[in-house]
Amino acid sequence: MTHHRWFTPWLLVAPAAVWLCVFSVFPSINTLVLAFTNAKPLGGGHFTGLANFGRALDDDQLADALVNSIVYMLVCLPLLTLLPLLIAILVEKKLPGIMFFRTAFYTPVVASAVVVALIWGWLLDDRGLVNGFAQWLGVIAAPVPFLTDRWLLLFSAISLTIWKGLGYYMIIYLSALGNVRRELHEAAAVDGAGPVRRFWSVTVPGVRNTMLLISVLVSVSALRVFSELYVLSNGTGGPGGRDMSLVMLIQLYSRGFTGHLGYASALSLVLLVVTIGPMLLLLRLNRKAA
Amino acid sequence: MLALTVSPFLWQLSTSLKSVQEDIYTRTPSFLPEQPTLANYAEVAETVPVWSYAANSLVVAAIVVAGNAVGATIAGFALAKLRFRGAKLLLGLFLATLVLPGEVTIVSQYVTVRSLGLADTLLGVALPGAIGMLNVLLMRTAFQAIPREMDEAAIIDGATAWQRLRHIGLPNVRGMLSVVTIFAFIGAWDDFLWPLIVLTDPANYTLTVGLQYLNGTFSANPRLIAAGTMISFLPIVIVFAALQRFFFKGVEEGAIKG
Repeated sequence: MTHHRWFTPWLLVAPAAVWLCVFSVFPSINTLVLAFTNAKPLGGGHFTGLANFGRALDDDQLADALVNSIVYMLVCLPLLTLLPLLIAILVEKKLPGIMFFRTAFYTPVVASAVVVALIWGWLLDDRGLVNGFAQWLGVIAAPVPFLTDRWLLLFSAISLTIWKGLGYYMIIYLSALGNVRRELHEAAAVDGAGPVRRFWSVTVPGVRNTMLLISVLVSVSALRVFSELYVLSNGTGGPGGRDMSLVMLIQLYSRGFTGHLGYASALSLVLLVVTIGPMLLLLRLNRKAA
Repeated sequence: MLALTVSPFLWQLSTSLKSVQEDIYTRTPSFLPEQPTLANYAEVAETVPVWSYAANSLVVAAIVVAGNAVGATIAGFALAKLRFRGAKLLLGLFLATLVLPGEVTIVSQYVTVRSLGLADTLLGVALPGAIGMLNVLLMRTAFQAIPREMDEAAIIDGATAWQRLRHIGLPNVRGMLSVVTIFAFIGAWDDFLWPLIVLTDPANYTLTVGLQYLNGTFSANPRLIAAGTMISFLPIVIVFAALQRFFFKGVEEGAIKG
């Protein structure tokens, strides 16, 4: 039997349910519909069949964006799965001032990607600190074109993403490390296992599920990259627009007089297809855990 | 290691305080400004209305924080503690939305906001995120962790749903609620892509969009951009530093319970 009026639960979930319908369910369906139309920011909206997808097949910028996404993912995946774990192990020990260190590592996480990209843009500038210092050391003669070379720009953005992501994934690892039993470590130490050996045979198996979860999160967020590339390239997508990401293309077509909401929706579906692999893996992991 | 995370921010702070006379392009720049000055902060405000951008960001963040603190909490409570028809279906829908990256629906999200007449408004920026589906689920998890016996005792005493929420629910979900509100604030303050799509008039820009506008249009002087980034960065760091105890505690609790 229930102990409240029948409409009370509905009253309480109503706002969230409205939001769910208006800002989640409806846009999902509408993306599917729009992808088959020629909707523009100003007018349009007629059914055009597969025209948007035909256009996508011929789109060189899309091909570049897909290559960029894959490179982005392949570099971020190992580094952002392993480095935060190593840092978490260092930070885990109950040292005095540990709160300060945690917060310091978390600072790049709470800063906006725009702020971080502007800071790195200035560091990596032709006349910025990195190039200036390297020239002063005599390591290089001319400035390295970090922000104006097709590949260097991509790798600059990648290193920025990694730098910003370390703290975020470290926190997830920290709570997982708390569950690895201390006795196992002690037993392994008694048996003469060194720190490296203990890392691979005690810590890694202990946080295995978290590692899988994080590798999925890293892959998906690498495929969704936007702000870092946008700000570092000043919105241009780098030389010849070859450093666009998928989301940058979606943004490009979603506004202004040159916009094409139908095509942007088709690109959104491409993004969905690309991210679905890691997502399915995540769902399977969830099911296993439950 | 620590230097690697913090020093870029300090370098930017230092650049923002350097005067026009000081050569910032030299190959042996000094870490401390020779003559620290706040002139760059005044000048950046003359170049773009950076303080009204900050106010715009604050308005958006306030709506998002309030919406999530109320909307996600009451919905999470109902889903966890009250029995009603359709609860399972609703929960399934909330879960399903998590699989979809936000960027996939961002175009039709914009179409929706535009048809509501909210294109190029701060309300249009704030509204879609004002009740986050993930936050509803997080709050539900937190309410579920409260022992059933406490509720049963309250029901026997004749407590209404509202009284159970206020006197049993809320005091026990403070940790998760603080994580949700802190994340809501940070997310709204830092967001770039969505306001970039919704806002077209430079007068309406939020800080992140305004900073990119400053960078793209007036990129001649790194000191000004540095000052602008600090105006965006310092408030969030101060908020976070002040609340970090609750944040890390909430994250740990959530990890243990969830």
